[in-house]
Amino acid sequence: MNSNVVTLNKVQTLIVVGNGMVGHHCVEQLIERGALDHYRVHVFSEEPMRAYDRVHLSEYFSGRDAESLALSDMALYQRPGITLHLGVPILEIDRQRQEVITAEGCVAYDKLVLATGSYPFVPPIEGAEGDSRLVYRTLDDLDTIRNAAINARRGVVVGGGLLGLEAANALKTLGLEAHVVEFAPRLMPVQLDDQGGLALKARIESLGVGVHLSRATQSISAGEQYRYRMNFVDGEFLETDLIVFSAGIRPQDALARQCALELGPRGGVMIDQHCVTSDANIYAIGECAAWNGSIFGLVAPGYQMARSVAAQLCGETAEPFMGADMSTKLKLLGVDVGSIGDAQGATPGSRSYRLIDEASASYRRLVVDATGKYVLGAVLVGDNSYYDTLLQYMQNGIALPQEPASLILPSSEGAPTLGPAALPQAATICSCHNVTKGAICSAIDTGCTDLGLLKSQTKAATGCGGCAGLLKQVFEHELSARGVAVDKSLCEHFAYTRQELYALVRVEGVTTFEEMLAKHGRGHTGCDVCKPAVGSILASCWNQPIMDASLVPLQDTNDTFMANMQKNGTYSVVPRIPGGEITADKLIAIGVVAKKYDLYTKITGGQRIDLFGAQLHELPDIWAELIEAGFETGHAYGKSTRTVKSCVGSTWCRYGVQDSVQMALTIEDRYKGLRSPHKLKFAVSGCTRECAEAQSKDVGVIATENGWNLYICGNGGMRPRHAELFATDLDDDTLIRYIDRFLMFYIRTADKLQRTSVWRETLEGGLDYLKDVIINDSLGLGAELEGQMQLVVDRYECEWANALKDPEKLKRFRTFVNDKRPDPDIHFVQERGQRRPIMAAELNLIPVTEEVV
Amino acid sequence: MSQSNAERIHTEVASNIWRAVCGREDLVDNSGVVVWLEGVQVALFYLPEAAEGSTLYAIDNHDPLSGANVIGRGLVGNLKGDMVIASPIYKQHFRLKDGSCLEFPEQRLRVWPVRLNGQHVEVGGFSAAPQG
Repeated sequence: MNSNVVTLNKVQTLIVVGNGMVGHHCVEQLIERGALDHYRVHVFSEEPMRAYDRVHLSEYFSGRDAESLALSDMALYQRPGITLHLGVPILEIDRQRQEVITAEGCVAYDKLVLATGSYPFVPPIEGAEGDSRLVYRTLDDLDTIRNAAINARRGVVVGGGLLGLEAANALKTLGLEAHVVEFAPRLMPVQLDDQGGLALKARIESLGVGVHLSRATQSISAGEQYRYRMNFVDGEFLETDLIVFSAGIRPQDALARQCALELGPRGGVMIDQHCVTSDANIYAIGECAAWNGSIFGLVAPGYQMARSVAAQLCGETAEPFMGADMSTKLKLLGVDVGSIGDAQGATPGSRSYRLIDEASASYRRLVVDATGKYVLGAVLVGDNSYYDTLLQYMQNGIALPQEPASLILPSSEGAPTLGPAALPQAATICSCHNVTKGAICSAIDTGCTDLGLLKSQTKAATGCGGCAGLLKQVFEHELSARGVAVDKSLCEHFAYTRQELYALVRVEGVTTFEEMLAKHGRGHTGCDVCKPAVGSILASCWNQPIMDASLVPLQDTNDTFMANMQKNGTYSVVPRIPGGEITADKLIAIGVVAKKYDLYTKITGGQRIDLFGAQLHELPDIWAELIEAGFETGHAYGKSTRTVKSCVGSTWCRYGVQDSVQMALTIEDRYKGLRSPHKLKFAVSGCTRECAEAQSKDVGVIATENGWNLYICGNGGMRPRHAELFATDLDDDTLIRYIDRFLMFYIRTADKLQRTSVWRETLEGGLDYLKDVIINDSLGLGAELEGQMQLVVDRYECEWANALKDPEKLKRFRTFVNDKRPDPDIHFVQERGQRRPIMAAELNLIPVTEEVV
Repeated sequence: MSQSNAERIHTEVASNIWRAVCGREDLVDNSGVVVWLEGVQVALFYLPEAAEGSTLYAIDNHDPLSGANVIGRGLVGNLKGDMVIASPIYKQHFRLKDGSCLEFPEQRLRVWPVRLNGQHVEVGGFSAAPQG
């Protein structure tokens, strides 16, 4: 605790009004700084739910429940010394008596923090009421919108700003035809310029959202095709079933008005640079506060104010609040949008570089000052990968490179990126917690040589986490600069990288974890990082059944039970369906099993069928029936070969030039069961139309007139990457030989949990080097890699068939080893004709029945 | 396993009554199994070659973060000298000896005294009469 905290005779009372994101952050900061030793803290919230993540509110419609949006565990507010009053609005503040008045009575305060946030502004429009006057701010609002959307076909959002587009996304998620009506001539008028607005409009329209600009709504009347008709000033109209207003926010300053605190010229509680209002005992933070007349409607400046107030209340020196950078990057309806500093080039003498790509509706603008040396601002639509670098240039006044335009050119042009060395000491690395490069360097200078420790000491990368990559780079660069060897140890038990461990296993023929730990590790037992990593290497090299006694304790739970654990502790089961080809009898067999065990059934992206909701003790019975019907395990649970997707190819398709199904079967049969640093996905397309989407796979094969083209290192998922063309017009044997070599080389050299796409990007020498090794055999490894692959192929055995033959292995598949009952805490509800896990919010609706023992 | 190790007790015994929950053959070396005991799900971890000799732990099967009963299916490890179990869903670690959580101090699992008595596994701290 801080030593300069005033010694207090009595514990003071601190009241925080509002439990939104900023109010909550303030409470967290207070607790962390030891405020509970000096204050009894009362938090009042008008809403019935404790602080939740408003930034991701639209996810409430895509499956997240209220509880998962909460910003903290309930336990935070259950500590002694802190009381959270939910659903209790403050009615009045009596500054004379230093009391707040609620429906439940009065509470006296010594210090008070207003964090009441803002409310949506709804312009006065004739006829706007009920479902034609919805707003989008609280969970309550969202429930109202959800109800209004039942039986609705079309929804309109009034307001094309940041929140309006979020709301449009929410309507779209609810399955409505969404429209956005904006008063200004462009979308996001505050953050974007005209060209940026145009690009965003094009992108959003291509997603099926209607965009109507320069439209002022005059009145709302009954519609003909839909419930309502919006009549615009220019005589045009638009019909809709519901209307959500998102035309801006207003500071919630009603309490401040009531108790006669001074307000800003355009509303909001006036504060000084210490967030103190005109009453020295009252602070205001977040969107209800006006500093220098301005309201800051983003979460970062709100957090900045919250930190400042928490520090002051704990007797620490706080940085003054002197305004905030309103730069922001977001994903709206899946479209990247970034706005930095003077995005519209309003500074006199400023000049701009612009990149307009009408083909992909991308737009980038770089605004530089009159001297052409410094970045003033930027606009990004379509690709935010430029954001971090541009922000660093702007915030830290870094001199522009020779060709400033290179900063916004497509990255294949080799734009200079800003390395950690180029950043000045004042550069902000983590903007959530305001950690500079200087602060990181001084932490390292005082002996911090562990990244985890650095994070907990400086708080860097513990907010939104967006700076984690940059932090790691700076950390490693600074350590190297100080002559400290960067510790790339796997964990506390092994001071080796995965690649080094792989080499040791191969060279010394190590076959067990214990042997590895004794020879090359330290300590006892291992941990949940090194055990699966070494287990995976052992399997890649020697391919022994993973259920063998010495290997079982190494596996992560999914490998141990050979099924994928889902969030309620049940498993999903995926039988292998090679190449996505399946007979009617086998389809029926899957159906019979699914029906018998009441499993939720879904077709996967890899042309297989996933069966959800099996309990542990049911797995052996389910697999016995599947194996009886001719299935094998699909390895969906392992870091291993998953699927080989295929199109029907020349057998059926009038365009097909090769038999893609046969090739898919050959590939899947060869590599099934192969363990690797991460999962492996394959696809084979029968012609250049590429229906199997092979260019998004780790290994993609596309038929040509003369044979096969091989593509490698593609990826879908979070960071999509197009596979690269590796070799052309290969015959069957050469194709398989190259894939053998490629996969084994990847397994030998990749890092733990590194997909082929990331591995390829970090590979020195790039694609040319890889071609040299695989095709030209420049390292002389070809035969060795093929031999290693052949060993794995020869030792293949269906793990489930193996386990079912062994009573010792089956022992593990019991929910309770002393009782036959299933887990009584697993509940399902019916949805769309199948069962799904119950959500936490629904649990109290379940009638509780006594279990008969 | 020697007799003295067999009677190793990890927690103060709240009650002198030991309840037989399963047989020794039900345990899986270096891994977990779960028993049902008066409505409570207890995960048992058996480590025949731990640093401190052969050891048995009994810990709550309920994962407070996910709300699912899955601790018994987690991976055993040793972090900074403590034997720990990693929850299979969100991977947070709990010390087997006292149930404390490495990452979230507010999450703490219940633990019970447990011993091998001949071929029986016995858990302590439960009342004598089964309820319900």
